[in-house]
Parts: sequence; C-alpha cells; structure tokens
Amino acid sequence: MSDPVTARIAQNPRFKELVHERTRFGWILTGAMLAVYFGFIGLIAFDKALLATKVGSATTSLGLILGVAVIVFAFILTGIYVQRANGRFDALTAELNRDLAR
Amino acid sequence: MAALAVSAAFAAGPDLGPIAQQATNWPAIGMFGFFVIFTLGITYKAAMGTKSASDFYAAGGGISAGTNSLAIAGDYMSAASFLGISGLVYTSGFDGLIYSTGFLVGWPIVLFLIAERLRNLGKFTFADVASFRLDQTSVRIISATGTLVVVAFYLIAQMVGAGKLIQLLFGLPYLYAVIIVGVLMIVYVAFGGMKATTWVQVIKACLLLGGATFMAGAVLFKYGFNPEALFSAAVATHPKGDAIMAPGGLVNNPIEAISLGMGLMFGTAGLPHILMRFFTVSDAQAARKSVFYATGLIGYFYILTFIIGFGGIALLMSDPVYFKLGPAGAFDKIKDMVGGTNMVAVNLANAVGGPYFLGFISAVAFATILAVVAGLTLAGASAVSHDLYASVIARGRTNEASEVRLSKISAVVIGIVAIYLGYVFENQNVAFMVGLAFSVAASCNFPVLTMSILWRGTTTWGALIGGFVGLFAAVGMVVLSKAVWVTTFGNPVAIFPYDNPALFSMPLAFLTIYVVSKLDNTARAKRERALFDAQFVRSETGIGASGAHAH
Repeated sequence: MSDPVTARIAQNPRFKELVHERTRFGWILTGAMLAVYFGFIGLIAFDKALLATKVGSATTSLGLILGVAVIVFAFILTGIYVQRANGRFDALTAELNRDLAR
Repeated sequence: MAALAVSAAFAAGPDLGPIAQQATNWPAIGMFGFFVIFTLGITYKAAMGTKSASDFYAAGGGISAGTNSLAIAGDYMSAASFLGISGLVYTSGFDGLIYSTGFLVGWPIVLFLIAERLRNLGKFTFADVASFRLDQTSVRIISATGTLVVVAFYLIAQMVGAGKLIQLLFGLPYLYAVIIVGVLMIVYVAFGGMKATTWVQVIKACLLLGGATFMAGAVLFKYGFNPEALFSAAVATHPKGDAIMAPGGLVNNPIEAISLGMGLMFGTAGLPHILMRFFTVSDAQAARKSVFYATGLIGYFYILTFIIGFGGIALLMSDPVYFKLGPAGAFDKIKDMVGGTNMVAVNLANAVGGPYFLGFISAVAFATILAVVAGLTLAGASAVSHDLYASVIARGRTNEASEVRLSKISAVVIGIVAIYLGYVFENQNVAFMVGLAFSVAASCNFPVLTMSILWRGTTTWGALIGGFVGLFAAVGMVVLSKAVWVTTFGNPVAIFPYDNPALFSMPLAFLTIYVVSKLDNTARAKRERALFDAQFVRSETGIGASGAHAH
C-alpha cells in the first residue's frame, strides 16, 4: 500500500463493512441463481417425467411453469440486488465519502 | 447469439440448407428503407457531437440507465433469437424454453459480480479494467485477441444469417444483404461511434419489442387472454401432441446440458460488445440499474417469443396457405412451412396483422441484424485502436485524435472483412459459430476479467497464459467436436465428444490463471499484488473513477 489515500480508505471501518456486506450478498445471490438454473437443467436431464406432469387437469405442464419461473426469478433476483444496493450500499458509500471528506 | 438458437432450430427442424429466394417483398423493403434513412439521420447528428475518444468509444459516458438497458437488450435480442427461438418452440414446444432461460440467467451474474466494478475501473474497453494493475502490453494482447476472436465468429454467423434472411424476407439476392449490412455498419460505426451505435440499437429494440408485443397480444386475444386455451389448441394441432409440453430430445446428455448452460451463462459476462455498454453510463448506480431493466426486457422478450411460437402452432399449422403443398394438397406441418420453421414469426405476422404487418416484422428482423453487427464492429474496432494500437504498438506515444482515426479505419476494415467472410461462408454450416463465440467469451474474456478484479493473487503471467489456454481450449474442442470435425472436415468420428466446451475449457482457464499466478515470483508479480489494494478500493467505491464527460 504505497498510496496513503488508498491505505486510509482500505482501513476505514465503513469501507470494510460495505465491501464485506456487498461481496457476501453478491455471492449469495449468485449461488441462488446457479442453483435454480442448474436445478432446472438437472431436472430436464434426469427427470423429464416430472416436468411433463400436468398442473391440475390442465394442459399446462409443470416444466413450462418452472421454465417461466426461472426467467421471472432471474429478474426478481436482480431487482432484490438493485433494491439493496440503492438503499443500504449507496448509504454506506455516502457515509464513507463523508468520513473521507473530514 | 441468436444464431445459436437458429442452430438449434436448424438441428431440431428439417433441413433448411438451400433456401429458395422468395418473391420481392416491397412493403418490407420500403419500411426497412425508412429505418435506414432515420438511423442515418441519427448517425449524422451523432457524428456532429462526436469529438473526443470518450465520445467515440463510450458516447461521452452520458447515456442514461433506461436508454442503456434498451441498448443492452437490443444487443442481446438478435434476429435469430426472435426467429430461431419462436421456430424452435414451433417445432418442439417446451425445448425452446431451455434456450430462453439459458440466455437470460447470465444477466444476474453480470450484475452481482462485475457490472459496477467494471464501471468503476474502466474507461472504454474491458481490457482497461483487466490491465488496471497488470502489465498493459500483455493483458491488452490477450484481451484484444479474445475480443477479436469472439467478434469474428459472431460476425460471420450474423452476416450469413443476414444473407439468408434477406432472401426469405425481402426476396433479394444473398450478396445484396451482405453488402448492405456491411456498408451500413461501417457508416454507423465509423461516423457515429458509440452514440449512433447505441441509438440504432435502442430504436431497433423498441421496434422489436413493440412488434413482438403486438403479435403475442393478438395471439392471446384470439384465445381470450387465456394461455391454457392457447396451449390446448396447440396440443390438439401439433403432430407431437401433448409431448410439446414436456422436455423432448434437445437435452439428453446431462454433461452436454450443463456445458451449454455454462457457456451461455458465463459467455454473456464476457461478450466484449456487451461489456462496452457499461462504460457508456455515468456511474456504478446507472450501470446497476441498466442491468436490472435489461434483464426485465430480455426476459419479457423471451416470454413473448414463446407465446409467438405456440401461436404459430395453434394458428398456422392447420392453414395450408403457409405450407408448400404436396400431391393432393398434403403437407408436413413442420417440414413444409413456407421458408422453413425460422419463418414462423414472420408467417404469424401475416396471419394476425396482414401483409403490411408482415412487411414491418421483416424490416424489423433485418434492422435487428444490422444493429447487432454495428455493436460488434465497434467492439472490434476499439480492441484494435484502443488496446492494440494505442497501448501495445504505440505504447502510449499517440494522441486521442489519431487513436480515434485508427478506430474508424479499423471499423471500415472490419466491415470489408465481414462482407468477404459473409460471401465466403455462404454455403458453410455456421450454426456452431455463435456457440463458439459464447464459449470463447466464457473461457478467455470472463476468467481474465473476473480474476484480475476479484483475486489479489492474479499476476500478468497468470492472466496471459490462462487466457490463451482458455481460448485455445475452447476453439480446439469445438474444432474436434462433431460440428466441425465431422460435418465440415468430413472425418468419421468426433474426437471431442461434446458440442459445447465451456464445462471443460472455462475451469481450465481459471485453474491455469491460479496456478501460474501462484508460481509467479517475479518482482513484477509482487508489485502487481501490492497494487491490488488501490484497484480494490476504486472498484468497490468508484473513488477516483472518471465520471461522465470527465475524461
């Protein structure tokens, strides 16, 4: 750490908090997306019969609903991240900037 | 991207090899002409406002999150994903959905791991980010090589697709299409830079989303807005019957399925023309919002194509007007569709909106290809001028004006090369090329980028060797796979047993970067690890990052 400004920011507790929270949150959501998508692909590969099951007495199959659900899930997940980033993470960044300006 | 879907449609459907040129479609040509005149007007305006390198590469960093999300979605919704996926749904039903989900799920990963950091660290290309604390020359060589390889394969697939489509849609010869696309993309990119490329993409995204919404709406309207009624009608009409509601033959081998999924998912996060879009917004917040909106738009679009595919089954399959009739008026509901199953969406446009709506959808499909190749050309030209020329050849001894001039020349050269390749590959099987572009992006660009941002230990040697290992592994495995080794070279058996290499080539690249970096004990490596803190602080906070119009 040659640069004193960098060192000051890196040692700031708010910076540590921000990075820790955001990194953790990002990886949790990444894990959720991977699990859901590869779970869906796994079902297609290993249990086609399950996905062919009808929902109630209708024509619509479980697989179709799950497929659309994967798409909707991906969108909701990005929404959750943006929601938290706009609130919590941006607030932490703003606090950090105030700290540094002092 | 869409050519992959088309490839699936090609593979799943009947032979669409020799496509017969259709009767000249004047309404479609007229509407396309209107689109061209309008976008050239925008290009002229953009060219007036494009002065600096920042204007040329990143539209001055002044694109809003909403506009950028439409441009990102536009880059991703190509003609073939529209025509190919709806055609795939028409032939196989549910299986079309497998591709739609695969293409979408990369976006959350882009958002969670790289979008904001990319904006905070970068300037014009993703090589700026990867070389932030690593050796400029080496990292730009690997990044630019990865970019150009991805752009080349993607462009070939798009050019050949454009040529085939124009025969079907406009009833004009193949070569006309390739030349029209090539010349227009040169004009957009060389004169209007990122501003024009972005706005062309935005307009096309609006037209495509609008047209697809109208079609899906018209289909649902016929079934009282009850999807269940649509599905029942489709099952009653389709020769495969109820099987279209369940997974079919597209994914039989789990390893193949996972490898395809990894390529689609992580390839998205390594496509250079998509990554460039994060530098056109003012800050990390805008980058984050653009991915959120874009994910929504793309997801919505894939749901529309699914409805359109089912609408095709329900409304077209029993109507002999849309088929080439055999003796006694008999026809195969899948094999004999006029123009092949890639024309489902176009034929459906005629069924629900008449010949002028058919013309509109045809024009939009062609405009879509044009916008996508313009984005690719800009990404390729930036890699040549900003990465290879300015940092590797001139080693910083150049100025903005000559760098931008070289970028414009590169755009012209790339355009001419693309026309030539489109001409050469006319009768080749290019269906595997978009899949290959995604695999290279996932196995070279994505590992180099993420490891340099996220792992302190990454050194120049690690990134350079790991990137090339990923690149050669992805290309090598595809060359040895069935699509090239057997189909193109005519060998009896494929050496590499899978069609999609990402499951093997991507971890190999990550592992190589890790091992080589660990073994790297040079003084430079020590310096690079020490510089990680400065990069880390900036990537997480944006402190020190250049804002809009600041560079």
